[in-house]
Amino acid sequence: MLLVVEQFLNGLQFGLLLFLLAAGLTLVFGIMDLVNLAHGSLYMMGAYFAATFVAWTGNFLLGAALALGATLLLGIVLEVSALRHLYGRDHLDHVLATFGLILFFNEAVRLIWGPAGLALPLPAWLTVPVPILPGIHYPAYRLAIIVVALLVALLLYLGVMRTRIGMLIRAGASNREMIGALGINIKLLYTLVFGLGAALAGLAGLMQAPILTVQIGMGENILILAFVIIVIGGIGSIRGAFLAAIFVGMIDTLGRAFLPNLLRQVLSGAAASTAAPALSSMLIYLLMAIVLVVRPEGLFPANRR
Amino acid sequence: MKSFTVSKAVTALMLAGLVLLPLYSQLTGNIFIMTLFTRIIILALAAASLNLIMGFGGMMSFGHAAYLGIGGYAVGMLAQEGVGSGWIQFPVALAASAIYALVIGALSLRTRGVYFIMITLAFAQMAYYVASGLARYGGDDGLTVYKRSDFSGLINLGNRTQFYYLCLACLFGVMVLIWRIVNSRFGLVVQGLRSNEQRMQAIGFPAKRYQLVCFVISGTMCGLAGALLANNTDFVSPAVMYWTRSGDLMVMVILGGMGTLVGPVMGAVVFLLLEEFLSQITEYWALIMGPLLLLIVLFGRGGIMGMLGRFDRG
Repeated sequence: MLLVVEQFLNGLQFGLLLFLLAAGLTLVFGIMDLVNLAHGSLYMMGAYFAATFVAWTGNFLLGAALALGATLLLGIVLEVSALRHLYGRDHLDHVLATFGLILFFNEAVRLIWGPAGLALPLPAWLTVPVPILPGIHYPAYRLAIIVVALLVALLLYLGVMRTRIGMLIRAGASNREMIGALGINIKLLYTLVFGLGAALAGLAGLMQAPILTVQIGMGENILILAFVIIVIGGIGSIRGAFLAAIFVGMIDTLGRAFLPNLLRQVLSGAAASTAAPALSSMLIYLLMAIVLVVRPEGLFPANRR
Repeated sequence: MKSFTVSKAVTALMLAGLVLLPLYSQLTGNIFIMTLFTRIIILALAAASLNLIMGFGGMMSFGHAAYLGIGGYAVGMLAQEGVGSGWIQFPVALAASAIYALVIGALSLRTRGVYFIMITLAFAQMAYYVASGLARYGGDDGLTVYKRSDFSGLINLGNRTQFYYLCLACLFGVMVLIWRIVNSRFGLVVQGLRSNEQRMQAIGFPAKRYQLVCFVISGTMCGLAGALLANNTDFVSPAVMYWTRSGDLMVMVILGGMGTLVGPVMGAVVFLLLEEFLSQITEYWALIMGPLLLLIVLFGRGGIMGMLGRFDRG
């Protein structure tokens, strides 16, 4: 029972983290029609910035805030200097150019921080276990991730659905030329949206950093998960990304935790321990395959809005 | 059409260079260049196979490295289990790649555009994780192939020159095959689908079926490259399927010129030589390579073949 609740929360936490990443990706794609592989690099930069700034300032929250600002800035610089020139080009061009950016970022990190990973230590007040149910404790930091990510998701929803900027963003997504013709500074809007996506990726990276080590290439595997989420949820749909992210986070975490035991009931011990790791890492891709067969456009396509 | 063009001359020069390379290596005693170019030729084969679906078929697969791994693992796993014969290993490698391509293609072709890019990428990553989970075959650490494929004395893969020419023959064979495919009725239909799928469908061609067959042919060719690669490095690991490798293959195709016959080969030669060259200058070669890619995308339309073509037209 304890394990089930714990793994359930872990799945939720991982899913929410994935959502932060996928939301930025899907926003940028939905509005600028840009496929940004370097999104994972921004996630990585967020984590590296956080590790550096926290070590500098000696204060976790201050360091995290600085790292968030730095990733936002980096995103804006990236958009203005390079990615802006890719709008309206072929998707293949986007893939290649941003692939080049990933190489660049990985190498730059190696040059600046060295090939070894960094650790981001948590302050004492975040490491205490918190009782959530009678007799069940859960690490405060993971709980904090859940709360922060949910808050951000709510803010994002309100921001996109209820504010003027959000209205422009939605309008931009459905008709680029029209909104430009109506006198909206579309360039600025794009830069803003890209910066927002970068900050979300950075937030995910810096929150994940204390749990895993901060290392080169950390953004790549999780980026592919974000792709899977977007495919499942439907491109350009934030709501789809949210639901799919939670779904994928849960399935991945619970699959890894419980599949080996389940398999052991069916198969012999040796066969189960061979098949389990391979099968549990396949699980979400199988899920994606099923979604593709049933609904190729994703579960919650954006154009139904 | 002019009989002499710069692009033809450069192509002929490159192909002649590839054929004569072992001679140069013998004369100068430079063994390293043979090892390097064997690798280049194998990856050129993979790039050529990717070009078949990407350049001619308009299917942007970002998971082509999966076949390199599948072909390689077919050789490595059979060798591990005591089946050393290349007559068994290579057909199994090709068949496994074809089956994988059939399944992945059937699923991925339900979508198009960016979705297709993401999905092929995700499935290749799945193959990567599955290989990492194969504890019996080395898991993450990979699998050493202690004995190269044995073709019952016909050709010795352990001999550097013989192996080089085998790879070159495979590359030329695949290029001829691609040429024949592209100019066949089948190939014209596939290219028609790239230009306008709806229209082709309206004429009455079963679009997905044609694309799927093309996808499977391409995957099978790349599986051959994988089997050769495992023999070349005497080693196969999940890393050959890592998604950056798929990206490298895409870059080779674009760099050389998408949708041209020799473009991918030229792209592979230039890309890998550049990588070699830059990594000798600095350890941080990717710092230069990355922005270079960005510039190629922004300014180098049509790749090397496109540039040569513009040269010809004056």
